Amino acid sequence: MLSRRLGPLWLGLGLLAALALPWLVYPPVALDIACWALFAVALDLLLGFTGLLSFGHAAFWGSSAYATGLVAIHTGLPFPLAVLAGAVVAMALAVPIGWLSVRRTGIYFAMVTLAFAQTIYFVVNQWGSVTGGENGLQGVPRELGGVDLSDPFVFYYWALPIVLLGIAAAWRIVRSPFGRVLVAIRDNPARVRALGYPVERYEVLAIVLSAGLAGLAGGLFAVGHGFASLQEVYWTTSGKVVIMTVLGGIGTLWGPILGAILLVLLEDQLATAGFDGINLVTGLVFVLVVLLFRRGILGTVRHLLLRRRDRRVPDPEPGVEPASAPAVEPAR
Amino acid sequence: MVDLLQQVFNGLVSGSFYALLALGLAVIFGMLGVVNFAHGAFYMLGAFGTYVLLDSWGLNFWLALAVVPAALFVLGLVLERTLVHRLRELDALYGFLLTFGLTLILQDLVRREYGVQSQPYQPPSQLSGSVDLGLFDYPAYQVFVLVFSVVTCVGVWLLFTRTRVGVVVRAATERAELTRALGIDVGRWVTPVFAFGVALAGLAGVLAAPMRAITPLMGADLIIVVFAVVVIGGLGSIFGSVVAGFLVGMLQAVANLYIPSLSQVLVFVLMAVVLLWRPAGLFGREERVA
Repeated sequence: MLSRRLGPLWLGLGLLAALALPWLVYPPVALDIACWALFAVALDLLLGFTGLLSFGHAAFWGSSAYATGLVAIHTGLPFPLAVLAGAVVAMALAVPIGWLSVRRTGIYFAMVTLAFAQTIYFVVNQWGSVTGGENGLQGVPRELGGVDLSDPFVFYYWALPIVLLGIAAAWRIVRSPFGRVLVAIRDNPARVRALGYPVERYEVLAIVLSAGLAGLAGGLFAVGHGFASLQEVYWTTSGKVVIMTVLGGIGTLWGPILGAILLVLLEDQLATAGFDGINLVTGLVFVLVVLLFRRGILGTVRHLLLRRRDRRVPDPEPGVEPASAPAVEPAR
Repeated sequence: MVDLLQQVFNGLVSGSFYALLALGLAVIFGMLGVVNFAHGAFYMLGAFGTYVLLDSWGLNFWLALAVVPAALFVLGLVLERTLVHRLRELDALYGFLLTFGLTLILQDLVRREYGVQSQPYQPPSQLSGSVDLGLFDYPAYQVFVLVFSVVTCVGVWLLFTRTRVGVVVRAATERAELTRALGIDVGRWVTPVFAFGVALAGLAGVLAAPMRAITPLMGADLIIVVFAVVVIGGLGSIFGSVVAGFLVGMLQAVANLYIPSLSQVLVFVLMAVVLLWRPAGLFGREERVA
């Protein structure tokens, strides 16, 4: 990713790290990292590659967590199929939410997605007979044709292929012609529209795809923990995945994975140390990143590498107009 | 019928809080282009400040009504100069993210100090009884909140329409470049306007202290509803934000009478309808199309 020639090397190292993870950290934490990494990659598809800040991605992660749990409980299907069903539910939900949300851009899009996610939260909370309300959905089974998955260490290796497939899908999407159009929409929607592309339709499709990947992650999370709680559809979850993505570096795919690893490990360390104030630390980290470090970790590394190689390559900080661009868009 | 009227009144009272918060949000957005996620946290700080003043120093509600907004004004000045100001040239999304981080910090600081239990606070003795409104009795404090916030909203409206300062701020809000071109220093108004919006949130918090549960998370859920309110009203419009605030409050209360299970979701349904029918909001101007 950082360089075309080094690509396979990074990929190999990444795979190795993914395989070694449950040896390095407590296995349930390893699963959390895998799920959040896929979730953050899904968000990056929108934030980094389409330029849409969704502040309501908990709607997709959470609705899939509940749908996966319900399918697993009531049908006893093998867990990958239940997770798939959850992802389909998340995508179905993303169609109306996406379609309504792309009617506003920029900061409004963030507010509108946040509000829609809160709607899902209220519905899940109210619909106690199905979702368990405040108690959450308990007793989600890990079923796979008689294979014993009760050990989190074992389950991690059954879940990992789904996560990797999801990340590979994201990688494929951003390198497809479709992904190129998304990047163009991010950089200059007016020009893309002028070229005859239906911008909104592309954006909705990006939201649906992102929701599907977030749904895979949320479903796996529910199966891994054996329950789905209201936390999964709450706005703090939406915020957490944004923090991970920005911390790692938006528009890099590897960055959000790194961000997820760091944040999950940080929270785990703080919890283990008995420090009461995880949100305090997370909030501080985030404020510092936004103030001083807007490219995120990988974005900064890439920026330094690009600068060393070729000073003429423009790599503006996200959110800052490149100096050559006109300050004001001409009216249509 | 009496039930319905009473619900309309309840709605106006809860709408007062939406209106005050939406007003501050709109003023800050207009001047700085920042959607202040921490607005709910400032509201929460206002309520806690009221509680702490009484609990630690024995200062009553009326003093809190003056002291707390002033303190939050100062906090707003400091935060704008030290943090928000650094993001001036950037996309509005960074302001949103920064204030989101700030929200996490403020909420957790308060939670570590006071826990998640709700803190007790009684309405001031002068307003403890109820008032006979002809058809029904209504708690005096609630009537006070309604009157006070309507007066505040009208006051802010007059401030912005009838004074020189207000004209400058509105001009800067709506056409910053043009205002600058006319030789008006827009920059010097940015910090006070941010602090003013924060103080309004603090004022709403003081008003909430005697009638709402005082908890660290009291502002977080509220602010998301207020986001929906300003999308409905049109964030660029001060008038629209206030009207939408009262409208949403009433709608929720009336819905509570007929379909209680859906009353919380209704505001978001209304937002969806507005997005379909008038994407810029009921009173908003069309955004520049990208």
